[in-house]
Amino acid sequence: MADLSSKFLGISSPNPFWLASAPPTDKEYNVVRAFEAGWGGVVWKTLGEAGPSVVNVNGPRYGAMYSSDRTLVGFNNIELITDRPLETNLTEIKRVKRDWPDRAMIVSLMVPCEEQSWKDILARVEDTGADGLELNFGCPHGMSERGMGAAVGQVPEYIQMVTEWCKLYSKLPVIVKLTPNIADIKGPARAAHAGGADAVSLINTINSIISVNLDTMSPEPSIDGWGSHGGYCGPAVKPIALNMVAEIARDPQTANLPISGIGGVTTWRDAAEFLALGASNVQVCTAAMTYGFKIIDELTSGLSDWMDEKGYTSVDQVSGKATPNVKDWQNLNLNFITKAVIDQDLCIQCGRCHVVCEDTSHQAITQTVDGKRRFEVIDEECVGCNLCVSVCPVDNCITMDTLEDEIDPRTNKPVVDEYANWTTHPNNPMAVSR
Amino acid sequence: MSSSTIEQLQQDLHPPLTRHEALVESDRCYFCYDAPCVTSCPTGIDIPLFIRQISTDNPKGSARTIFNENILGGMCARVCPTETLCEQACVRNTAEDNPVRIGELQRYSTDHLMQTGKQPYTRAAETGRKVAVVGAGPAGLACAHRLALYGHDVVIFDAMPKSGGLNEYGIAAYKTVQDYAQAEVQYIVSIGGISIKHSQVLGVDISLDQLKDQYDAVFLGLGLGAVNQASVEGQDLEGVVDAVDVIRELRQSDDLTTLDKGRRTIVIGGGMTAVDAAVQTKMLGAEEVTLVYRRGVDRMNASMFEQDLAKVNGVMIRTWLQPKKILGDDGRVTGMEFSYMHDADGQYVSTGETLHIECDRVLMAIGQQFVAGDTNDAIELANGRIQVDEQKRTSDKHIWAGGDCIAGGDDLTVAAVQDGKLAAESIHATLQE
Repeated sequence: MADLSSKFLGISSPNPFWLASAPPTDKEYNVVRAFEAGWGGVVWKTLGEAGPSVVNVNGPRYGAMYSSDRTLVGFNNIELITDRPLETNLTEIKRVKRDWPDRAMIVSLMVPCEEQSWKDILARVEDTGADGLELNFGCPHGMSERGMGAAVGQVPEYIQMVTEWCKLYSKLPVIVKLTPNIADIKGPARAAHAGGADAVSLINTINSIISVNLDTMSPEPSIDGWGSHGGYCGPAVKPIALNMVAEIARDPQTANLPISGIGGVTTWRDAAEFLALGASNVQVCTAAMTYGFKIIDELTSGLSDWMDEKGYTSVDQVSGKATPNVKDWQNLNLNFITKAVIDQDLCIQCGRCHVVCEDTSHQAITQTVDGKRRFEVIDEECVGCNLCVSVCPVDNCITMDTLEDEIDPRTNKPVVDEYANWTTHPNNPMAVSR
Repeated sequence: MSSSTIEQLQQDLHPPLTRHEALVESDRCYFCYDAPCVTSCPTGIDIPLFIRQISTDNPKGSARTIFNENILGGMCARVCPTETLCEQACVRNTAEDNPVRIGELQRYSTDHLMQTGKQPYTRAAETGRKVAVVGAGPAGLACAHRLALYGHDVVIFDAMPKSGGLNEYGIAAYKTVQDYAQAEVQYIVSIGGISIKHSQVLGVDISLDQLKDQYDAVFLGLGLGAVNQASVEGQDLEGVVDAVDVIRELRQSDDLTTLDKGRRTIVIGGGMTAVDAAVQTKMLGAEEVTLVYRRGVDRMNASMFEQDLAKVNGVMIRTWLQPKKILGDDGRVTGMEFSYMHDADGQYVSTGETLHIECDRVLMAIGQQFVAGDTNDAIELANGRIQVDEQKRTSDKHIWAGGDCIAGGDDLTVAAVQDGKLAAESIHATLQE
């Protein structure tokens, strides 16, 4: 069994799965249940400054987007940072860390952009014995209107400034949590790096309206007939998060900055993908809020079994394994030619590949052959786009075959075993000679 | 042991799907292109579309999609042998041997809209043309509805005191509970422009010539007026009855406990009527019900589902037995004698052995036949039934026909509906000329 133990920024945890700063980590009771279930660590729900705590709405604060079988694919919330007294949280954090010394205990923080506010809270967090800090520069609702959360995360100068304060006033490792609600994730990551951050974590939630009630015309979750944008997360945001992780991992300026991957991690496969694109561990929230803490058993066993199968003996070996393969489009090999192939033994004759190709793509799949319902790829028309593979309901029924040493029936040109990209292509007015 | 009870007769064979069940099941549909299920539906309902409308929580739109092609979609959802039609063609069979439950989903939508009592259609302006429809069964009702929709006035004549045809008189009770056949008729005629005259027998109370005279067109949905007679010795004994009569009596009974059920019943036949009669007899409380068919199960017209239903309800199915003699004592049936049969190189022959089964009741379900009656000489027949063209027009250009009374049909409710619909389109086109 592969060793799943993780040492993120020198912080040990028995596995690379942490619970993200969110409702599941708001209090001792939940966190102890998580540790009992086997989670490697937690990022405690974001603490604010001492004094009167924030208040949450008293109506629904969550909303969901479902696939048609009611599997939750997207999740949205308008909850704020912890609404419990700072003192209570700190006491509980200290006790849990004492009782569970082998688990990672990270404290998420969000206080006003004033040096003194940060200085005050940092000292108190250090007293708990916590392993590290996560700066919440990502929360897109409620707090951002007060100049905190995403309001900081959207201004690189603020990120750098606050990070510097934290490094100045605390000896704990500092993880900067990034908001995806910006045009280019590289800017905030570089700012965190410049401020001395030990790591970044991403993504926080995405600005969203999850649904509209068509009877009352209220956005949902509905508070007395009104709604507000919330933070979107869950399986549906994973592709956005993966791209942002990869962007930071392959940016020469931040290439060595450790990343904690967040965004829709639901299965071991999702986690492995985040690791492969450059994350060193992952944080999970929506999956736990959908299925409970027990999913940790699937996450750890799945990741471990896959690593065994592939010969990886530590999580670090997986981390960044796919990063070098992420390229800008212009560098992709235009001489790489594929054709779809339909396995007639697996085909159930639904015809979806045919109609989507016929209606929306390249008219490259038959409907009938010799008068009979039969779906075959017409190689002369197939551009290898993968749409048929994407819509086929049967796993592995349609696959993409790579052409080698032959004539492409579509172009009547031989397949060249030679890398060539857009930068040198004759159709490119900006082409450079090879 | 069977737990069949008289209560089961009045209960749905398949309880209606709840909204949750319908949503889950509808999600299983792949929305196939040129879907095989549609091709397999005699009325060509756009099944992927109506299922998708369920999955998007639009049962009203879903019902409209169904009714567009089949105004008796509610009854067909209950009585269609879906396992040999749409559901047999479902690609999920290939995928995992488990088709989408199309019939139950169809019932979900049609029930939803019918419960509102509202037709999804508005009748066209009245044309002033009149059409006579003979027979208020599935073919006649479907024809009448489509003609009424186009603005024609329709008068339906039916020989029976109630409308519905076999839906009312000839189908097992557990397939159409709570007087559904009548509710459906009410729903169909609520389009307007349709009146129904009951107890009007063609050739007795009305004549074809008269109808041709008084109406712009005539549609015949006569059904089958007689049952096939077996030439078996002893068939006149007391206790030997026609299965269709038994089913009709049961369906019209106000008190099922008073019905004759026999202690040991033999049902002769291998079709839907045989199974309907056998299962209902068991549910009524007969101790032993044996369904006897002269060939193998693969030749039975009753689908595998129907055969299983019979078995689950404790009906013994016996095959390769040819009735030889019905035995009696003092004028009453006491048993039957059968010849063991087998297939000898394609020849259906007796093995020479015989079997004796004791019984006190024999139900004959060996098929029905068309009674030409008043249509004799007026229109051409083929194989003993009315000959029609693609548009369901008979040899008389003023007369169309559909349902079980025409040659080459499938003897299915859904096929009858399609006949009526096609005939209505043809009549409408003709009236517009």
